[in-house]
This record gives sequence, structure tokens and C-alpha cells, in this order.
Amino acid sequence: MRNYLLPEFRIIIGPECVRCLRCVRECSFGAMEVAEGIPKPRNQRCVACRRCAVFCPTGAISIRPLEVAYRTNSHWSERARQDILRQAQTGGVLLCGAGNDLDYPCIFDRLLLDASQVTSPSIDPLREPMELVTYLGRKPVNVTLETRSDGSFRLTSQLPPQLKLEVPIIFGAMSLGAVNLNVHRSLARAARELGTLWNCGEGGLHRELYQFGPCTIVQVASGRFGVHQQYLDIAAAIEIKMGQGAKPGIGGHLPAEKVTPEIAATRLIPVGSDALSPAPHHDIYSIEDLATLVSALKEATHHTKPVGVKIAAVHHIAAIASGAVRAGADFLTIDGFRGGTGAAPKAVRNHVGIPLELALAAVDDRLREEGIRGEVTLIASGGIRHSADALKAIALGADAVAIGSAALIALGCTLCQACHTGRCAWGITTQDPELAQRQDVEEGAARLVNLVRAWSTEIKEMLGALGINAIESIRGNRERLRAIELGEETTSILGVKVAGKE
Amino acid sequence: MLEFSAKNMSHRELNFALRQLVLSGEREIRVCGVCGHRYLGTGLPGPASITVEGVPGEDLGAFLDGCLIRVLGNAQNFVGNTMNSGQLIVHGNAGDIVGYGMRGGSLWILGNVGYRAGIHMKASHSQTPVLIVGGRSEDFLGEYMAGGVIVVLGIGCEGSTRPVGNWVGAGMHGGTIYVRGNVPGHRVGKGAKLAPCQEEDLTQLEVLLAPYCREFGLNLAALLGDPFVKLVPASPRPYGRLYVSSVGEC
Repeated sequence: MRNYLLPEFRIIIGPECVRCLRCVRECSFGAMEVAEGIPKPRNQRCVACRRCAVFCPTGAISIRPLEVAYRTNSHWSERARQDILRQAQTGGVLLCGAGNDLDYPCIFDRLLLDASQVTSPSIDPLREPMELVTYLGRKPVNVTLETRSDGSFRLTSQLPPQLKLEVPIIFGAMSLGAVNLNVHRSLARAARELGTLWNCGEGGLHRELYQFGPCTIVQVASGRFGVHQQYLDIAAAIEIKMGQGAKPGIGGHLPAEKVTPEIAATRLIPVGSDALSPAPHHDIYSIEDLATLVSALKEATHHTKPVGVKIAAVHHIAAIASGAVRAGADFLTIDGFRGGTGAAPKAVRNHVGIPLELALAAVDDRLREEGIRGEVTLIASGGIRHSADALKAIALGADAVAIGSAALIALGCTLCQACHTGRCAWGITTQDPELAQRQDVEEGAARLVNLVRAWSTEIKEMLGALGINAIESIRGNRERLRAIELGEETTSILGVKVAGKE
Repeated sequence: MLEFSAKNMSHRELNFALRQLVLSGEREIRVCGVCGHRYLGTGLPGPASITVEGVPGEDLGAFLDGCLIRVLGNAQNFVGNTMNSGQLIVHGNAGDIVGYGMRGGSLWILGNVGYRAGIHMKASHSQTPVLIVGGRSEDFLGEYMAGGVIVVLGIGCEGSTRPVGNWVGAGMHGGTIYVRGNVPGHRVGKGAKLAPCQEEDLTQLEVLLAPYCREFGLNLAALLGDPFVKLVPASPRPYGRLYVSSVGEC
């Protein structure tokens, strides 16, 4: 069949080119070839990942959208027309990586934080104490105390297991398979150094990383890949993955080409076999069934660690969250529709799920109404781009945020959305050993530590401006948020007043 | 052999007691009075042999790793959930989702099993999980199966078309299902296909069924004398051609 598709991008090599051919070596998509000693672009293969341009020693490369006009049509976007051609030529389900890229309104960008002026003093976090420590785990409804003879108190009730996070930012779940072992190594090292947690995702945990168990959340998903007693034993916490913001309601599919010996040994499946994660957990068709798996995992680990549930933000999120808390979830991860993925059908990624901000406010409200908000740790994830997003999420009701895409961007990811091809030029979502070695573990860990430290300092600055000296004082404190250009019903769900209102 | 009663114990107390006994070196334990206790044997360090009198609750032997649990009675749902190694033996019927995601060890049921038995069983390296059902199974036997062996003997439904339900092996992409008796084509799920049993299949069946028949006092020769059918994946890559990349070259 004839290919009617034009390339999306045009690679232009300027006169600064010194013919070192670095770009040819860097491009893993075959978009740079050599002809008579000079680099020759093959535009149709370019995904605009910028690898060649960043590594060009003379800055000779620019990448532009291919300028061939379509007649303007605000309904039929260029993307929509190109997608139709792609499907007409192949009959395939459109597959993509990263997160939802459509121009939906961003609620975070319509929310603004408060600051103290005159009547309540702000705090300078660089010189005064500022507490970001957050505890992940189930909190008791009440505690009993014993008064000692000297008048001091001692806690006599036994607390459920708690994990101390030095910062209210953890790394979100990314499986070995979606990303490679070097990325896992960097995440684990960074989490340990930061005093926070990373999440190995649903593809098991490589044995080399068992030493990072005390800062690792391990996942149990519908495929049960790599789930065994030792995996549960070494983890700091266990997360049952019910859903993912990028693809709510559907399963996963790691193609056989990505199942290398390393991944096979970690997932505990044969080399070169497809790894299918069923859409549902087939032992969970109800809240009662979810409670059964939560309890089974607690029983398997002798009630020594928090067991949580990750759910995608969908229409009935508040009721589902309430059920999950009642099912015994010690922490709840809510993943919004901007969350990333290693591979998802584009139709699902772009059109299923709801914004994190609304889901979070709805869940926080519902749990408060039912008097169970205090029992659970809420983690918000799905498109958290900077420290202000993180702080707004906490003000809307989260205890902490999880970052995935932001962490990968710190490692070089450019959101080119070619994760599913396995050819990531930045060595992040590829299992090709030559490409994977582009991720330097120590440098990657340092980048992640830098990012989270910088965000933490910014969060402290914003808290100081709010006149607050502990992160828990802003949690669910929506009075310190104001909305602009949001409809009445949206602000009512968010529980946020309009900017300018007292 | 140490014996005790689980009567008036919660499931947590029962599991705690079992764990303490195994940790103190007890290798043979008999528990009577079991009635709906969930997660029995979960998180138990092996090897140990536990005999259970009564009906354990859901998730019997979940994540089992090396222990042998023998139930003298029926079992409920999710028997052997995500089990890694060891042996689960049920002298009765079992409920739905038996052996979900199991990747090693063996799971023997004397009677019938419910829906979605052996779902997403997977072999791994040196491990091959085995699920043997003496009676019949309901729908979706071996759904998403990625490895291992399931045998359904259909004892008691001889001559009928019901040793297994509908959609057998739907989405199957690895492993083998053997059924004694007849599986009509309309019961075969998308992704699986029927194949005749060869000599090596019968050899494998004999190896798998000999200890099973000894456990339950069944006549091995008589069972093996009957015809078996085999279900295998129609393709190891059932979804290999489903997708097209939304970026890059088409």
C-alpha cells in the first residue's frame, strides 16, 4: 500500500556541521544516515527526541515541524488526519508512550496559592525550621496514653506500620520493562539518599536492587509478575496496582522483544515471551475481594508493612477510594489522566480518566465526610510538573505526590512518546544494552536528587510565604488556594474560592 | 506430628500459631476445626507439611513457597493464589480462580473447580506449575495461560461434553491443557487450539498423574486408558500484530 504520510519533522543540518557523524551514532531511530561522509537525515523516522541536536558538538542541527500546510480546519487537526492515514494503512491500534498530550484545561494552572502579608507574618525557611517530613501508613483513629510519674506521657497503643519520608515527594511506579535496569538503579539510589521511596512497578524487582528494599515500594498487579515471598519480604511497602492514570481500565502488554534475559529473570517468565497483564485482577471483582488481597498481603508479611492501592482517577473515584480505605488500604495512590506510560493505546491515553485535581478534592472530601480521611495516606500522581503542582496537590488533599514523567525528564527524557518502540535514544525506555548504557547510574541518581532537593526547597519557600512551618498544615487546606477562570461547579468540587473572594 | 484445633481462633491467630510452630522446627502439623479461616499457610516458611481438617477460607496457600498443605475437605476461592513452590492438595472441591498466576509447585484438586481455574499460570526458568483437577471445571479454564500444565480428568462426567466449561484457554499464549474426554470445538477459547495427544504427552501425563492417583487412591491405568485431548496456544504472540506506532515511520 502506498504511504500517504508525510514526515512530522524536518531535520536541518547547518553549515556549522564538522562531519563528525556524532548525530548518526546518537540517533537510535535510524533518522540519520551517512551519505558520502556527511550525515543525511531521513525525516520520516525522526521522533523529535533531540538526542542528535543535544549531542552535536557544533550545534549544527535543528529540528522543525515539516511545513506542508493542510487547509486549516479547527475540527480536523493535522494529528487527527495523520492518525487516520496511519490506521488506514495498517489496521493497527495506535500505540504511544508518555502521557496524555491533548490540550485539555489544566486545573493546576487555574489555581493560585496564597501568601502572608502584613497581618500574619511569613517565615524565612532558610533560617527557621520548616518541616517536610511525612509519614506513610495507616493512622489510628485514636491512641491511648499512659501518664508517667514524672508527668510525661507514653504511647501504649500499637501504631500500624509507618514509613518516614523526609520529603513529601516519592518516585512513581515504573516497571522494569517499561524502563531499564539502569533507570531503576538511579531511582533506588536517589530515593535512599533523599530519605524517600521509589516504586519498582509491576515487573518485579531485580535481585541486585533488593539491598534498596527499605526505600522500595513493590507492586502487585494483575499479571503478578515477579511477585513471591522474598519480593514481599524485602519491600518497605506493597502497592496493589488496580489502575494507571494513562490507561485506566485496561491491562498491559510487554511485547516479547522487550523480554530480555534480565527482565525474564525478574518477572519470572520465559525469555522472549509476551508478558500480558490482564485488565482486571481476576481475584478482585468487588471491594470485598480487594480487602481479601490486601489482607492476604498483610498476612504474608506478618502485618509489618503498609499495603496500599493505586487507582486511576475515574468518574466514581470518591466511592472507589472510600471502598479501598475500608478494604484496609494503608495508603492510596490516585493517578490522574495526565499520568505517563511505557505503552498505551492512544485512544485510551488521551480520552479516558479525569483530572487529578478534581479526583483528589473529591476523594479528600468523601473520606472526610465519612470520617476516615485521617486513617489513610493519600498520594497524588499524574503529571506533577514542578514544586507548585506538588504543593497545590497537597493543598487539595494529598499527603504526598509521586513523580514519574518529571523524574524521567530529569534523566533526559524529552517526551517524544516513542517509549513503546524500545528504541529510546536517551537510554531510558529501551532494553537494548548499547542504548541503556547511555544512562549513567550515578549521574542519573544525582540528577534525581538535585531535582527533588530543589523542589523541596521551593516547597519550603512557598510554605514560608504562606506563614506555615510544616507541610501537614497545608494538607487539605484549600482555604489557601484560589481559582481563576474555573466554572462554579468546578470550584465547588475543588472546594476552592474564586480569586479575590475573602 | 503435632495436632491442634483452630476452633475459636481467628485466621491471624491460626497463621501466627502455624508460623511459630514451623519456626520452632515442627515439620508435621495437623490442624482440625478449620472453618473458613482465610490465607491459611500464607507467609509460612517452608518446608513443612500441614494437614487441615475442615474447610479453609479464601486464599488458601496464597504466595505459597515450599510448604505442603493437605486439606481433608473442600476449599473456597483463590486456592494457591500466586504460589511459587510447594504443594496444595484438596480432598474435595475448590471454588473460583484456583492457581491464579501460579508459577511453580503443584496444586491437586480431587473434585471440581469453579471459574477461571489456572488463570495466567506461567512457567519460569526451571519451574513448571502443575494443576490437576479430578472432576470438571467451569468456564475460562487456563485463561491467559502463559506456561505450566493443567490436567482435567473429568471423573464423573464421562460421556458428556462438560469436563470443562466454555472459553477454555482464552488468550492462552503458553503452556498445555490436557482434558480426559471430549472438548467440542465451540468450547475452545480464542487463542487456544485443540491438538491430538502424542506419545510424549501420554508419557508426561503418566508422570504427572502417578503421584496424584496414589494420593487419592485412583486407578492410574484406567484413567490413562481413556482418550485425552490437548489444548495449546494457537500462537505464542496472540497480540503481536494488533498495534501500530503513533510516532515515527509507519
